[in-house]
Amino acid sequence: MVSGLTVSERQWSMAILVIVAFVGLAMAAAGANRADPMQAHGFIVLLFSLAVFCFVLRDYYQPEPAAARLASYYDDPSKAGIVVAMLWAVFGMFIGDWVAWLLAFPDLTFDAAWSSFGRLRPAHTTGVIFGFGGNALIATSFHVMQRTSRARLPDQFSPWFVLVGYNLFCLLAISGYFLGITQSKEYAEPEWYADIWLVIVWVVYLVLYLRTLARRKEPHIYVANWYYLAFILVVAILHVVNNLAVPASFAGAKSYSLFSGVQDAMTQWWYGHNAVAFFLTAGFLGMLYYYLPKRAGRPIYSYRMSIIGFWGITFFYMWAGSHHLHYTALPQWVQTLGMTFSVMLLVPSWIAAANALLTLNGAWDKVRDDATLRFMMMAAVFYGLSTFEGSFMAIRSVNALSHYTDWTIGHVHAGAMGWVALITFGSIYAVVPWLWKRERMYSPVLVEVHFWLALAGTLIYVFAMWNSGIIQGLMWRTYNDSGTLTYSFLDTMVAMHPYYVARAIGGLLFLLGAIVGCYNIWMTIRRPSELPAASGDIPLPVNLQPAE
Amino acid sequence: MFGTHYRIERKSIALAVTIMIVASIGGLIEIAPLFTIDDTVESDPSMRVYTPLELAGRNIYMREGCYACHSQMVRTLQDEVERYGPYSLAVESKYDHPMLWGSKRTGPDLARLGGKYSDQWHTAHLKNPRDVVPQSIMPRYKWLSESQLQTKHLGDDLRALRAVGVPYTDAMIENASDDAVAQASPDDDTAGLTKRYGDATQIRSFDGDKATVSEMDALVAYLQILGKLSDAAHQPPPPKE
Ligand code: HEC
Ligand code: HEM
Ligand code: HEM
Repeated sequence: MVSGLTVSERQWSMAILVIVAFVGLAMAAAGANRADPMQAHGFIVLLFSLAVFCFVLRDYYQPEPAAARLASYYDDPSKAGIVVAMLWAVFGMFIGDWVAWLLAFPDLTFDAAWSSFGRLRPAHTTGVIFGFGGNALIATSFHVMQRTSRARLPDQFSPWFVLVGYNLFCLLAISGYFLGITQSKEYAEPEWYADIWLVIVWVVYLVLYLRTLARRKEPHIYVANWYYLAFILVVAILHVVNNLAVPASFAGAKSYSLFSGVQDAMTQWWYGHNAVAFFLTAGFLGMLYYYLPKRAGRPIYSYRMSIIGFWGITFFYMWAGSHHLHYTALPQWVQTLGMTFSVMLLVPSWIAAANALLTLNGAWDKVRDDATLRFMMMAAVFYGLSTFEGSFMAIRSVNALSHYTDWTIGHVHAGAMGWVALITFGSIYAVVPWLWKRERMYSPVLVEVHFWLALAGTLIYVFAMWNSGIIQGLMWRTYNDSGTLTYSFLDTMVAMHPYYVARAIGGLLFLLGAIVGCYNIWMTIRRPSELPAASGDIPLPVNLQPAE
Repeated sequence: MFGTHYRIERKSIALAVTIMIVASIGGLIEIAPLFTIDDTVESDPSMRVYTPLELAGRNIYMREGCYACHSQMVRTLQDEVERYGPYSLAVESKYDHPMLWGSKRTGPDLARLGGKYSDQWHTAHLKNPRDVVPQSIMPRYKWLSESQLQTKHLGDDLRALRAVGVPYTDAMIENASDDAVAQASPDDDTAGLTKRYGDATQIRSFDGDKATVSEMDALVAYLQILGKLSDAAHQPPPPKE
């Protein structure tokens, strides 16, 4: 990988790594001075950058790559990103299943602070959303933007900066929870310095994306790129606004958010819901709009539906955050707006899902035979299902029942496992043979096995949570004849036990599926390459048919 | 409409700018007015601030992820009011940077917890919930009573909070570390503490061990103040004009 970089790119990498290492050292020293947990983070930054530095140094004196490299796409970062995404998947889902067992058997853990439920849970959410999802998005976006623009990445340094820098962020986030460093804002837990680092990485990512688009040989920007672009841009806005905070000291990890109380709640859920929209939806729709038609060998069903779906999602989602705050101290007019837009949001969501499913018309025999395509088809189905459920739960009277219960958890995982994880696995199974120039995955049977494990796991999980959520919600509000509440809180907690066990078993199946996938991908990579590059899978020469 | 789009999708910057504009509208319209409309947050002149010890406890509550299982927001629904107490008002979390309303009730709501149980109950419950509530699925937090509370830099925390709008005075910031220790040491001189934070400040050894100020002291002090910073929720709502 390093040998693919030019000498000046190698030097750039090493210079940046040295700077980061010094920042790490400074953090460690400052933290040590105050006995602050930032000290440990300083050492993590230092070791991380030194390790990457050694990795670059090892191949520093390798000959420069031939100029012929410019005639093909630059896929090394995509390859690395996919491998890393799968590792995060196993890590995040392992922690998720551990957390699930803890809710059934609370003492199934070590007697140490780091392993208690409250610290493991954000490690799960960050591990799967940012570790697994984020790396998969970055890796596939590099792949897709080059293909749809018929242009090579503008340089070889910035994609590595984005990928490696992003993983440093994930590492800081998750190690932080174990160490007790957190802002406590859901999906935005990392502290101020990690947030600043992510902003730097993200700006480079955006610039890289725009530079690649500027080099494109296709006059039109393909719809997958609209979604990736929206993902990058809007996540930047959300991240910056929601993480505004004042550190207690620049030598310590702790910070206090700029907003408080009701304004903070609204900002947090404006962020939280749109993290769902632009991280867990827009980016993955980008994947869907490229890999599904490619794999099915059919063009996207409708250009107009793509347009309506895209702009509807971009506009409506940003209004919907207040449905997380029904019946709270948030002024009612905001709740009503949130509810209204959440219901309207169903229209573009279903248009996007229908557009994907209709694309499969005429290719249903492939869906039957090809588990990879079936992953993507099932993902679109779950996308339709979870958006319907979401719009339903956003209605105030329904939310009165569902809020605070496992119904929310069921909805989350119908979206997260059924939609996000399935579309990612499907896309990865499609892209791995292309990237490594193999005829197909090592074992199509194992892809099939993974599909059924994932589907069974998701269904068990979601049905268990629908049951427990609705039962608990109803028990909380049951009155007896004398007009008092029938059940104590404890009664309702005890009633959850069988569903928690079922959920943990479903999660275990899902995790096993991911491990099978890792093995299959690993074996595919290990086999010697047998194919020449697929014909047509090369960028067009630079001065042919300029874009604008 | 599709014609315009046909042009926009050929220009990457135009596309990017349009996305930013379209996406910003919703948030601007819903969030900005919350800062300007006066009756978004009720007024309560007698609202008090967290003492340094309570603030440290709140930070431990965040660090341990208690918010992942406990909400602090009683909704305006009859069964919730009957189960937990008066519904929560915006003013009650006015000084909460960030708020801890929560989104999941694996355990009960804690917004009205202050005074519900004794300190001993809390200490025992946190050490091992199943000693007190046999069926409980709450985690054990043994290490809290074993770790000494870091009080040295609490002044920095108060200063940062003042920067974001909490009315801490210079004297409070200056004495933050001492005040934290004093609140859990009833035998020491606590006059300064009560002068700064009011007579209602709860001063006692919360974990029953007077020798040291532990993280358990701080967390229990925080739990015992929940719902007690303001009385607004217990008063009949003022008539609307
Ligand atoms: C895995 C989820 C979970 C976590 C994390 C958790 N709790 Fe609990 N908590 C529960 C459950 C379930 C109950 C109800 C059973 C019981 O009383 O133990 C409960 C009950 C309580 C109660 C009694 C409330 C009442 O009104 O009876 C308090 C106080 C409490 N928890 C405080 C905390 C604190 C402080 C933390 C963080 C250090 C914490 N909890 C973390 C699940 C959790
Ligand atoms: C092996 C599969 C998985 C298992 C066993 C699992 C388990 C869990 C558990 C037990 C919780 C805590 C629920 C609670 O507090 O009551 C949780 C929360 C969560 N999980 Fe998973 N999970 C899995 C996969 C995923 C995936 C793939 C994603 C995302 C891509 C995801 C995203 C989330 C999110 C966002 C939450 C927080 C929900 C909320 O706060 O409302 N999970 N998960
Ligand atoms: C039309 C689309 C959608 C709407 C209207 C919607 C609506 C909702 C509602 C009403 C809640 C419950 C809030 C509460 O009571 O606390 C919720 C929670 C959630 N939804 Fe959706 N949803 C949609 C799509 C999705 C998708 C596709 C995902 C993908 C993963 C998703 C992930 C989540 C998560 C993670 C939460 C939990 C947040 C938390 O409490 O921590 N949603 N959604």
